[in-house]
Amino acid sequence: MNKIPDNLKYTESHEWVRIEENGTITIGITDHAQEELGDLVYVELPKIGQQLNLDEVVGVVESVKAAEDLYSPLAGEVIDFNAELEDAPELLNNDPYGSGWLFKLKLAENSHLENLLGADEYAKFIAKDK
Amino acid sequence: MPYIPHTSNDIAEMLATIGVGSIEDLFDEIPATLRCGYLEKIPSSLTEMEIGALMRQRAEQDSGAVCFIGAGAYEHHIPAAVWEIATRGEFYSAYTPYQAEASQGTLQLLYEFQTMMANLTGMEASNASLYDGASALAEAVLMAVRLAKSKAKSILMPTTVHPIYRHVVQTIVKNQGISLVELPYDIELGRIAPDNLANFTQSTALVIPQPNFFGSLEAVDELTNWAHAHGILVIGVVNPLTLAVLSPPGEWGAKGADIVCGEGQPLGIPLSYGGPYFGFMCCKKAYVRQMPGRIVGRTVDLDGKTGYTLTLQAREQHIRRSKATSNICTNQGLMATAATIHTALLGAEGLERVALTCHANTTSLVEKLTAIAGINRVFKEPFFHEAVLRLEKPVDEVLRQLATSHIFGGYNLTKFYPKLGNSLLVCATEMRTSAEIDNYAEKLQVVMEN
Repeated sequence: MNKIPDNLKYTESHEWVRIEENGTITIGITDHAQEELGDLVYVELPKIGQQLNLDEVVGVVESVKAAEDLYSPLAGEVIDFNAELEDAPELLNNDPYGSGWLFKLKLAENSHLENLLGADEYAKFIAKDK
Repeated sequence: MPYIPHTSNDIAEMLATIGVGSIEDLFDEIPATLRCGYLEKIPSSLTEMEIGALMRQRAEQDSGAVCFIGAGAYEHHIPAAVWEIATRGEFYSAYTPYQAEASQGTLQLLYEFQTMMANLTGMEASNASLYDGASALAEAVLMAVRLAKSKAKSILMPTTVHPIYRHVVQTIVKNQGISLVELPYDIELGRIAPDNLANFTQSTALVIPQPNFFGSLEAVDELTNWAHAHGILVIGVVNPLTLAVLSPPGEWGAKGADIVCGEGQPLGIPLSYGGPYFGFMCCKKAYVRQMPGRIVGRTVDLDGKTGYTLTLQAREQHIRRSKATSNICTNQGLMATAATIHTALLGAEGLERVALTCHANTTSLVEKLTAIAGINRVFKEPFFHEAVLRLEKPVDEVLRQLATSHIFGGYNLTKFYPKLGNSLLVCATEMRTSAEIDNYAEKLQVVMEN
């Protein structure tokens, strides 16, 4: 797996963002994040219809040893969440950019996609962490 | 691990090894003005014999009275085996079980405790105990607010909940933007009237005590169904002994209570002038990640053998920090141990017999006391093992006179419930004999006639 796919955008809190063809946004956490967390046991996701503001805590990812807040990288309305994660949180570890997606947003008008990091920038950012 | 104090030789040897002159020298870093001086006016020490005599004299000052007080702490018979086993070194000195490999005994016992509480309450999950009933209720309120997330943080708190519990909850939640809405009770019935709830539908949770502070039974099914119909969570506060005969909270209404808590003292814990006691909390499995306190889980080790460990630790402070479900990171291990042994010894049958005897004794007590002129029952509704009596004399004075005959007559309700006038909460557990009850009635008759 390409650990930092080029077609996605990233945040410093290790979320990835994919802009779909129909303009909706899919959000997940990166391979780097799932590796640091360890085996995920539980994911708490926002509800459909919930209005999210930028950098608001919208959920939690929980592993055996840690629990991290999930932030929303963009403002918008939640239109879907990944219900499979309830019974199979390991999808997040095994396929963080595919079947391990977290939730989908309809972008609010004042959303700032340009503030997100590109693949190269994110790669540099996590290289500094190590 | 036993406690073995150092001898002065031990101390001298250690000081010599580290090259320090005296223990006081080790505190040199602390400025002299901040260091404690010696305590003054401490009397000189007594011999073991003198201390024994002094303690016996002190004990006699308070003992020897027959207790008819309930109000949240109850005198029950505790078989000698309970504390004989619970005070064994392995249980008594067991410390915090975060290292599972070294704590299998404690952890297994706490797992049994959780199983027992879940069975008694009819709920799916239990924690390994909390400090006491009052703080357990506060934790339940905080848990309900977390579960409800977006709704307004307002909790319906009947005034039939123990006044001290309500005070404790208020202290704990008042700085967290949570409002406790007082739910008045029906003064005829001595419980909440389910018809009077129309104004309270925008609430996060409803607290239902069973039995309530007056000893009366609340309409738990109606109240639970009303709450759930309006998306309101139900928190049951119960006396675990009553669960042997009353409908358990997991079976209240159509869907059962959401969170259950209460005081575990009636299960094998002595009165001890107010503590230590233990709180318990149970909930529906779907809510378990928001439950505070320690939780023990059962699993298998690398060799496939059964083992026990603290689980769901991501709720707790050492991982979740300020977002933990509680600041509690402990439990009442010794009390929970005693309660588990006590309940195992009694069994379901024994627990039921104790509960029914308490009810029968209080029924007899109430009959005999209300036969006296100037004493009447306040509420007509069914009670478990406590009832409210109205006296035609000031309760304080009556209790004072009864005490001179070595009778603790009951709990004076006047301060917390002024609208009830001169009212007294009486209780007769399985420990009260018919001779004791007759004696109470005789002495009370004399007091009322003077």
